[in-house]
Amino acid sequence: MTSSPSRFRGTDSYLSSEGLQAAVNCALTLQRPLLVRGEPGTGKTLLAEAVAESLGQRLLTWHVKSTTRAQDGLYVYDTVQRLYDSRFGEGDVRDIRRYIRMGPLGESFASKERVVLLIDEVDKADVEFPNDLLHELDRMRFRISETNEDVVAAHRPVVIITSNNEKELPDAFLRRCVFHFIDFPDQELMRRIVGVHHPGLDESLTEQALKVFYELRNFTRLRKRPSTSELVDWIAVLKANGVTNVKLDDNLPFLGALLKREQDLMAVAEAFGRGRRTKA
Amino acid sequence: MFLPFLYELRRRGVPVGAQEAVALAGALKAGLHDSSLDGFYHVARALLVHAETHLDAFDQAFLAHFKGMEGAGQQLKDELLEWLKEARERRELTPEERALLEHFDVEELEKLFQQRLEEQTERHDGGKKWIGTGGASPFGHSGNPREGFRVGGEGAEGGGGRMAMKIAGARRYQGYRGDVVLDTRQMAVALRKLRAFAREGVADELDVEGSIAATAKNAGELEVVTRPPRRPNTRVVLLMDVGGSMDPYAHLVSRLFSVAKQATHFKELRTYYFHNCVYGRVFDSPYLVGGISVPDLLAQVGRHHKLVVVGDALMAPYELTMRTNSEGRYDPTEGKEGLVWLMELARHFERSAWLNPEPPQTWRGNTIQAVKNVFDMFPLTLEGLGEAVAHLTKGRMVRGRR
Ligand SMILES: Nc1ncnc2c1ncn2[C@@H]1O[C@H](COP(=O)(O)OP(=O)(O)OP(=O)(O)O)[C@@H](O)[C@H]1O
Ligand SMILES: [Mg+2]
Repeated sequence: MTSSPSRFRGTDSYLSSEGLQAAVNCALTLQRPLLVRGEPGTGKTLLAEAVAESLGQRLLTWHVKSTTRAQDGLYVYDTVQRLYDSRFGEGDVRDIRRYIRMGPLGESFASKERVVLLIDEVDKADVEFPNDLLHELDRMRFRISETNEDVVAAHRPVVIITSNNEKELPDAFLRRCVFHFIDFPDQELMRRIVGVHHPGLDESLTEQALKVFYELRNFTRLRKRPSTSELVDWIAVLKANGVTNVKLDDNLPFLGALLKREQDLMAVAEAFGRGRRTKA
Repeated sequence: MFLPFLYELRRRGVPVGAQEAVALAGALKAGLHDSSLDGFYHVARALLVHAETHLDAFDQAFLAHFKGMEGAGQQLKDELLEWLKEARERRELTPEERALLEHFDVEELEKLFQQRLEEQTERHDGGKKWIGTGGASPFGHSGNPREGFRVGGEGAEGGGGRMAMKIAGARRYQGYRGDVVLDTRQMAVALRKLRAFAREGVADELDVEGSIAATAKNAGELEVVTRPPRRPNTRVVLLMDVGGSMDPYAHLVSRLFSVAKQATHFKELRTYYFHNCVYGRVFDSPYLVGGISVPDLLAQVGRHHKLVVVGDALMAPYELTMRTNSEGRYDPTEGKEGLVWLMELARHFERSAWLNPEPPQTWRGNTIQAVKNVFDMFPLTLEGLGEAVAHLTKGRMVRGRR
């Protein structure tokens, strides 16, 4: 087993804890997929970008949906397009290769250099999906049956998988992965994250915004609690509009940037204001 | 030292085995822990734990095992390298075994390790010892009886390990603990029937039948029809009684809970606990902490959610009439009676069911009868579960609304 020359330590714009760094480095050294879980907005997706950036490698993203199958990640054969073309006489229909579209997994195998592959929100798909995925990742090769071609990976991609705790993942899958659970940032870390996105922001505004943000997160009636990205966006709006003071009452400016659901806006207006809605 | 730590984890329900041990050995060999106990904490956690539900047990095992050894980081690695070296030099090794270690072939090592592990668990008491101490086993201790690694002593590494102790001691992951999943296929199958699907979202699925029909209508001119894909559409709220009289059924109920939690065909599943009767508030844990008030819960979940309550509905009659507020506190003037809270729950949902572990013969002449007037009640047996599921999936029907 060789030690990897470069260690991941986060990047200038991505703050990471020691635990997260250790997990990334374990995954790099042991060449295993890294599974990151945690609440929305805890920087799971952004991590893959940071890892790719710090390794100087290309990032391929596979965004998983409820209908995604492992096969889609390898390649899809666009029969519908071929059918259309045959009807309307576009291009050379006999060349099947023209209708083979590589998926992100397939592309990461076919790539000449090592790449970082992000498999985002793996728990969105069917229960069997993670196990199918493992199978492909273990083999590091696949066959395009339509053309009888084999694609063999020259380099094992760095695989980062994210999950939102929506579903339990199969044991066999979990055992193969290095695991990290990203905690929701505490106020101190959040202050630093805000600092990364809004350098030189007025300190008192930062304090007030953080206070409001955590007060809202503790408000139990919300259907969707605001996360890091909403806070970052909200502060951007505040800045752009020259707001210097915020406080959780019926005049909270641009609440719509923090809360996206109608019911949540109403619940907050009801609880903290006097029934009046703020304009977002 | 790190091997007995793995046993400590197993005792606490973290399922670590050979695969994890070998991964950890590889990481330590590569120096990923920077020779510190702090580093070891993070590396071990990343490789030995696979779900946040085990993080708390990991922290506890770590505390228990490494207390007083805060300087032991360097030794950890030394021990591992020595372990490999000694094993290699040991004469009594078969050439085969030696060649194996020479290459540190992870897979082979793992197999051998697993084999030893199995032999070992047969002979030792629940696995307090790790693969023997010396002898011919390449996984044994060095042979001379060494007492762990307490030699490093406090602070030998300039504060190394203190941070890890502090993190582990904070018990930050206590709230994520989950019950061990039991083998309960039958229950899972019964619950599976609860699922329903709806077609929603972008129309990006080819509708073969529709395409054929449309093409035929179009005098053979190809007409592709697409539709939105099917998605799971069932949302469930599960409430469970953890009152004293439920103790005999704790096992059964926790099984149901773990099956429900594992079910992947629910769009949403919320689980809460209560004690005997619902008193304005339901809780996140069996220890009745955290949680949400009933009005808040009803504000958050829609009428289409399926409500499933699990409880024996057995209590002292006054408990049904005790008045409490939405904070769950006794409030004789403003509060509502326990039975009224139950009615509010029953009324909110279009479909609800109460699963009772008590046999149906006993459902008369006690508080069960009163609760049964509010909820449709089914016995908590496989059969009863099947009936409850069938009831829950029928069309709309609101009880208590006249
Ligand atoms: N550690 C961090 N350092 C810097 N910015 C961060 C960090 N964590 C979160 N952010 C900010 O929060 C935003 C959301 O992060 P990201 O999209 O990666 O979250 P996520 O965990 O993938 O969420 P979801 O589960 O909703 O997909 C980022 O765009 C960034 O602005
Ligand atoms: Mg994301």
